[in-house]
Amino acid sequence: MPAVSKGDGMRGLAVFISDIRNCKSKEAEIKRINKELANIRSKFKGDKALDGYSKKKYVCKLLFIFLLGHDIDFGHMEAVNLLSSNKYTEKQIGYLFISVLVNSNSDLIRLINNAIKNDLSSRNPTFMNLALHCIANVGSREMAEAFAADIPRILVAGDTMDSVKQSAALCLLRLNRTSPDLVPMGEWTSRVVHLLNDQHLGVVTAATSLITTLAQKNPEEFKTSVSLAVARLSRIVTSASTDLQDYTYYFVPAPWLSVKLLRLLQCYPPPEDAAIRGRLSECLETILNKAQEPPKSKKVQHSNAKNAVLFEAISLIIHHDSEPTLLVRACNQLGQFLQHRETNLRYLALESMCTLASSEFSHEAVKTHIETVINALKTERDVSVRQRAVDLLYAMCDRSNVQQIVAEMLNYLETADYSIREEIVLKVAILAEKYAVDYTWYVDTILNLIRIAGDYVSEEVWYRVIQIVINRDDVQGYAAKTVFEALQAPACHENLVKVGGYILGEFGNLIAGDPRSSPLVQFNLLHSKFHLCSVPSRALLLSTYIKFINLFPEVKGTIQEVLRSDSQLRNADVELQQRAVEYLRLSCIASTDILATVLEEMPPFPERESSILAKLKRKKGPGMVPDIEEGRKDKNVNGGMEPISTNATTKSTPSPSTDLLSLGSSPALSSAPPSSSAGGLLVDVFTENHAPAAPGVPMGPVADDNFSRFVCKNNGVLFENQLVQIGLKSEFRQNLGRMYIFFGNKTSTQFLNFSSSVICQDSLKTQLSIHIKPADPTVDGGAQLQQILNIECVSDFVEAPVLSIQFRYGGTLQNIAVKLPITLNKFFQPTEMTSQDFFQRWKQLSSPQQEVQKIFKAKHSMDTEVTKAKIIGFGVALLDRVDPNPSNFVGAGVIHTKTTQVGCLLRLEPNTQAQMYRLTLRTSRDTVSQRLCELLSDQF
Amino acid sequence: MKMRFLLLFSRQGKLRLQKWFTPLVERERKKVVRDMTLMVLGRPPRSCNFLHWKDLKVVYKRYASLYFCCGLDDKDNELLALEVLHRYVELLDKYFGNVCELDIIFNFEKAYFILDEFLMGGEVQETSKVTVAKSIEASDMLQETMEEYMSKPAF
Repeated sequence: MPAVSKGDGMRGLAVFISDIRNCKSKEAEIKRINKELANIRSKFKGDKALDGYSKKKYVCKLLFIFLLGHDIDFGHMEAVNLLSSNKYTEKQIGYLFISVLVNSNSDLIRLINNAIKNDLSSRNPTFMNLALHCIANVGSREMAEAFAADIPRILVAGDTMDSVKQSAALCLLRLNRTSPDLVPMGEWTSRVVHLLNDQHLGVVTAATSLITTLAQKNPEEFKTSVSLAVARLSRIVTSASTDLQDYTYYFVPAPWLSVKLLRLLQCYPPPEDAAIRGRLSECLETILNKAQEPPKSKKVQHSNAKNAVLFEAISLIIHHDSEPTLLVRACNQLGQFLQHRETNLRYLALESMCTLASSEFSHEAVKTHIETVINALKTERDVSVRQRAVDLLYAMCDRSNVQQIVAEMLNYLETADYSIREEIVLKVAILAEKYAVDYTWYVDTILNLIRIAGDYVSEEVWYRVIQIVINRDDVQGYAAKTVFEALQAPACHENLVKVGGYILGEFGNLIAGDPRSSPLVQFNLLHSKFHLCSVPSRALLLSTYIKFINLFPEVKGTIQEVLRSDSQLRNADVELQQRAVEYLRLSCIASTDILATVLEEMPPFPERESSILAKLKRKKGPGMVPDIEEGRKDKNVNGGMEPISTNATTKSTPSPSTDLLSLGSSPALSSAPPSSSAGGLLVDVFTENHAPAAPGVPMGPVADDNFSRFVCKNNGVLFENQLVQIGLKSEFRQNLGRMYIFFGNKTSTQFLNFSSSVICQDSLKTQLSIHIKPADPTVDGGAQLQQILNIECVSDFVEAPVLSIQFRYGGTLQNIAVKLPITLNKFFQPTEMTSQDFFQRWKQLSSPQQEVQKIFKAKHSMDTEVTKAKIIGFGVALLDRVDPNPSNFVGAGVIHTKTTQVGCLLRLEPNTQAQMYRLTLRTSRDTVSQRLCELLSDQF
Repeated sequence: MKMRFLLLFSRQGKLRLQKWFTPLVERERKKVVRDMTLMVLGRPPRSCNFLHWKDLKVVYKRYASLYFCCGLDDKDNELLALEVLHRYVELLDKYFGNVCELDIIFNFEKAYFILDEFLMGGEVQETSKVTVAKSIEASDMLQETMEEYMSKPAF
């Protein structure tokens, strides 16, 4: 045990810690802790009043035990007692305990708040600081409510000590982050801005943080801070390294303050006033110049601090994106760092250049560093640096360098870390498609991708290549030839078999003239892979075989032989068995004409956003992909490319499904041309999910495309394909609801054996009770059938029931499953209340599980009237003049279920500048808060 | 600077200090601690000091047997965070005189107090070493002699 050299060491504590350290096993440690807990408990309960020192010591021991990872369920009261001690060290331990082990026990909170209040008004700066720290550390809503009004006053009062001002500023900042609604703007705000002029650099540093956060939310109100910040920054960057005394850090003048000021300026566009703008440019130039000066110290701290300021200045230059000379200088500076011997600087240079690549002015300058970045990919020892290099290559890619970049990425992929392979695969696939000039190159690239990293090639990637080949007739022959060659490899990846099977099935005829790839050779090649494949791939190959029968009558016999074999016709997998049976029958009974119609070449796919890009965005989370789409829109004029298939006719109905080939979605017809649907037989041939379902079991995927549209409204079209349209009309009252479902037959033929059912899965069975009246078994062509559902909400629920319908159309059985939009919010009754009532209830619902908050980007334009309509449609009462900020929306309502009622308060705060919303829900049940938040946040 | 958390852990992955600047439930805290120790301890020597974790930037540095590790917002300045860690080490050093892991184990409450003087709500409060050290000294006015210390009850 080391001797405690300083402060008022607590011997008992030191002995205890030392005991714990000497414990040989976890059990021994727990035993020792339990002994100590018993001891402390008896001391706290004992008749003898404990003196301050002992109390402090025991509280400190409890804290130690808690920090070791054990639960502590007593001692809070003693800690609160310590707060009112007038001995600093006792008070300090009391506050530490409270900060670490906050308890939402309301009695205690009141006592704690009282103690804080006393210390805040004590005028003793050390005590005031302790109290402010406690508020900031706990940062709970109760505390914000109790002190949000006092702290601004302390902050701007003339006689407040500097150190207290610093604490007050940061404490306010902390409260503003957690409970912005409780920190009122007011007369103090203008005085806070003037703290930027304060003599004490510590005060300026703390105030700048506060102002930056406030300015992000109310840029107008803090506009005057721009000129003050520029003036302050200018004084710092031009000062000699000794001027700022203790605020100079390893010869760098006030690095923390400089970075904060530069960050504050990033809340605003470039200053309009020419003089201020000029002064700022000078500052930025000075910072860039300093980077070229020899270092004033060899210490890494010196270079880190100096470069921290430099990188922040570059961020500001990129943010302004208006001074081409500065941007190019910034780029050159980063270029130097790319080859720096410090790994940290190389990492940051790569990261920073990614944003620079998206600026029109500097994109070309960034491109000049391509060789260095490629080299980084090959030589960096640290995977996180290599990851940044991949990101930068992706960001700097355009038509001029795509072939080089894609080649290097493919190269790297062979040895890349497993953790980042999938991402690289997606990036290569996107770049290859986006900047392809020559589609034969595109096909080669994707096949290479599958060869090198087949396991990491997701469905989206191979769907996409097929989509593109089908849409471009100039590449079809080449694609057929290439996949044929690729399939020659003795061990090829299953994804290649899928692509190969699909492409040869469609375009194998284009290479059949060559005896080396005659129909029989093609078939034998594919079939040699058959037994090594998984069920879905085999199913795909069977479809290829029937297409071969249509394309090449000469192999019909061979293929029929294969289909007829026991391993197909009696396959244990029902899907494979059914395909074999149906295809075999089809090939026997159908005339050549029918066969040709049924197995007609796939029509072009409608244009949609690349689902690969969507996947990458999902993977990285919003905002993480340096978005080549949005960032460089204007670049398309001189380097971009038109959408891939300009030759694609868009006669087919655009399908809302993101599944490219519709292999997985049940409304099979949606991607087939309507003209051929009369053939009837076509319906099933291309879908993978056509095995007849046991009645009442939803099979395959459930359509939910229109689901979210019904969250805020009750009527509309739920589902539509070529055959049928399903419309809804519903009304809800308290915990009951009635829904009218309309099935419209869009064809001229009768639907037979029509049946429908509603399925509640798992826990939903007990949460919702639904009665459906049986419907007629036939629906005439062009007619509409109505069905009524009676719904009762028993308790709150999350999942949605599924409407499953089956009918026979032209001889084939159709299955459709759609999610029924019966959502929890339908059982809302709006509640009007006054502002006072609202906030009182809001406060009552303040435990962390009761609140759910979500911050998200606006998906639609942020129109106030539309938002209001949606909130009312959601079911709550929209409360006017409750929120102090008129642009926020506040609502209240009660969810009625059979078993209980759940009160719900919500608040939606739009931030038009950032195009973001923040949605907060408070209800007495955490599951309800969570579900309502999910439902509503999806609507804006 | 918008620091989310600061952790100190040993090479064996033992947590020595944890400071959370944004509210997180206990379960999530444990997950962060587990992920951080796994990730950071698994890095080969002389790697760069920065990582990405979920939507956070992670900055870490090893001082003797202890790793100092913090999580930052996406837009934050990594290099400056590295110097925040360094300044904290300097402050500990100044207080304990050549600080070592044992000092932080046995005087964990002091390590928290020193941190509080320097950072608040994840922001740098006072960057002047002299000023911070002074206020820590001021709070330590009640020094006691070794004799007083030894005469205190051990339980």
